[in-house]
Amino acid sequence: MQLVGWCAAEIRIHNHTQANQDSTWDSRGYKSPGTMFWDRELETLARPALEKIQLKGLQETVQRIAARVPFYQRRFDALGIRPEDIRSLEDINRLPFTTGADLRSIYPDGLLAVDPDVPVRLHTSSGTSGKPKAVFFSSSDVSNAAELIARSLVMTGITRRDVLQNMMSYGLFTGGLVMHYGAEKVGCLVIPAGPGSSERQLMLMQDFKVTAVHILPSYALYFAGFLEQRNINPARDLCLRKAFVGSEPHTEETRHRIEQIYGVDVYNSYGLTEMNGPGVAFECEHKAGLHLWEDNYLLEIVDPATGEPLPEGKTGELVLTTLKREAMPLLRYRTRDITSIIPEPCVCGRTHRRLQRITGRSDDMLIIRGVNLFPQQIERVLMSFPEIGRNYLIIIDGLDDLTIRAELATGAFDGYVEHLAALQARLIERIRAETWVKPTLELLPAGSLPVTEGKAKRVIDNRSL
Amino acid sequence: MNRTAHLIAVFLENKPGQTARVSKILADAGVNLCWLTIANNGTFGVMKFLVDQCDLAVTALKQQGLMVSLLPVLAVETDNRPGALLRVTDSLRAQNINLDNCSGFVAGEHALLLVEVPNIVQARATLEEQGFRLLSQDEMLRL
Ligand SMILES: [Zn+2]
Repeated sequence: MQLVGWCAAEIRIHNHTQANQDSTWDSRGYKSPGTMFWDRELETLARPALEKIQLKGLQETVQRIAARVPFYQRRFDALGIRPEDIRSLEDINRLPFTTGADLRSIYPDGLLAVDPDVPVRLHTSSGTSGKPKAVFFSSSDVSNAAELIARSLVMTGITRRDVLQNMMSYGLFTGGLVMHYGAEKVGCLVIPAGPGSSERQLMLMQDFKVTAVHILPSYALYFAGFLEQRNINPARDLCLRKAFVGSEPHTEETRHRIEQIYGVDVYNSYGLTEMNGPGVAFECEHKAGLHLWEDNYLLEIVDPATGEPLPEGKTGELVLTTLKREAMPLLRYRTRDITSIIPEPCVCGRTHRRLQRITGRSDDMLIIRGVNLFPQQIERVLMSFPEIGRNYLIIIDGLDDLTIRAELATGAFDGYVEHLAALQARLIERIRAETWVKPTLELLPAGSLPVTEGKAKRVIDNRSL
Repeated sequence: MNRTAHLIAVFLENKPGQTARVSKILADAGVNLCWLTIANNGTFGVMKFLVDQCDLAVTALKQQGLMVSLLPVLAVETDNRPGALLRVTDSLRAQNINLDNCSGFVAGEHALLLVEVPNIVQARATLEEQGFRLLSQDEMLRL
């Protein structure tokens, strides 16, 4: 305990001096007026210049796949498209979509655009059914992905003095290695902890004075419970100052909760294996939407039902085209993620447009009694109640009955049945107002629901298909 | 003297075997259950009880991961004869004190009424004014 106390005291002084330095020097040692950049020129490029880079990337990509990828050649032929038809960014509309199902159908390597000896790394995205989606990286793809992570981390204020514990799974999942390479590029000390083994995670955090973590939001909440059981107050007893959370849709309320428990700034990270993993879009110091690196990805929002493009500001499915990927370029990839573009420029000065927090996967959308709802809407309500803990489960039964099982927060039980019943009634009413579906709400003692250290399974749909 | 007795309240999931689980934890810890009540609203339950070793019981239950709270109650001694109970509730009602929960048991010639009220100080003063005897935790356990 003494060591922990000392660590906290030391880091406070450390943070103080660092804050002063950060306002004058960026991570590469260049003078900077406050906001930190990894690649100021590219990150603040004027829109016309940025769009010129995009068009060049798009044209080169289309040319390369038209010459090298039979899968796309067939589609281009069917649509009567030749590479030279792509003259402006608007011509993207003429190109075909690529879906997750396509990636499975060409498994393992039907979308390779390079010779088979060029790729240096393989990642796959977890397949819920059947074959996974395999994604190849060339050496330049690996370093490009690391470059985008470096931009992302530095824009939150990370410097080479930080110690980053990467609590995402290493292995086939991109959250481990891709983040790792990028953080090394910045010059952080990176601890490849991976997920799980909370005891060991804590030991590493304490012994190496970890200042930042990359973690699944559900694991951050679970780990908070673990710390509480050991009477450790992370805000006081650990040296953490930043957390990067992603790879699971989560709400603003969950962010606030993690920030409060840990006493850190939480930054939202967006990525998907098909697009290199983390570092596709990331929040800057202002935490107001995620800058998507538009020199690497062409961004569209489409109507998930019709595929028709939607204007800026409208909510729909995110569609991404790789502009720099060498080994496995993808055209108009349907991410299934629901979001919208924030049209206004960000005060940080970056010209790469921001996405709203992902509100759900188009696959996750539930239809209950004819009403569309996303599990995140329910989470938002639950997390706004301090009496409710971190773990919850949504169950839909045969007759479109929505049941929510939510754990009480530790310390929220005062012994009175009446208070629990009143809380239950308020929750039901708020969820009904939010989703237009009246749920059955079961309050559970803390620790009743199974905990997972990986991506949490929050929805059980028992309706017959 | 400390006249406020305490009940232990445990928050339980509404599924079979939960009360047995609590009883076993208490038995293993060597704690005797003197009295218990279970309130169930269909989706969850709260088990409330009086034990001979309160601190030990709370520690044992918490160690097993249960959500536990201590509930202050007034233990009012009344005669074991008709109408005695009514006298207690009437005098509280006269002072506009709502009874959250109220339960009783009989030990020999004594009848004991356990009263949970929001304002325990006011309720105690009222009852003592009316000449009721309030038992401390120790006295209650000696019955
Ligand atoms: Zn910004």
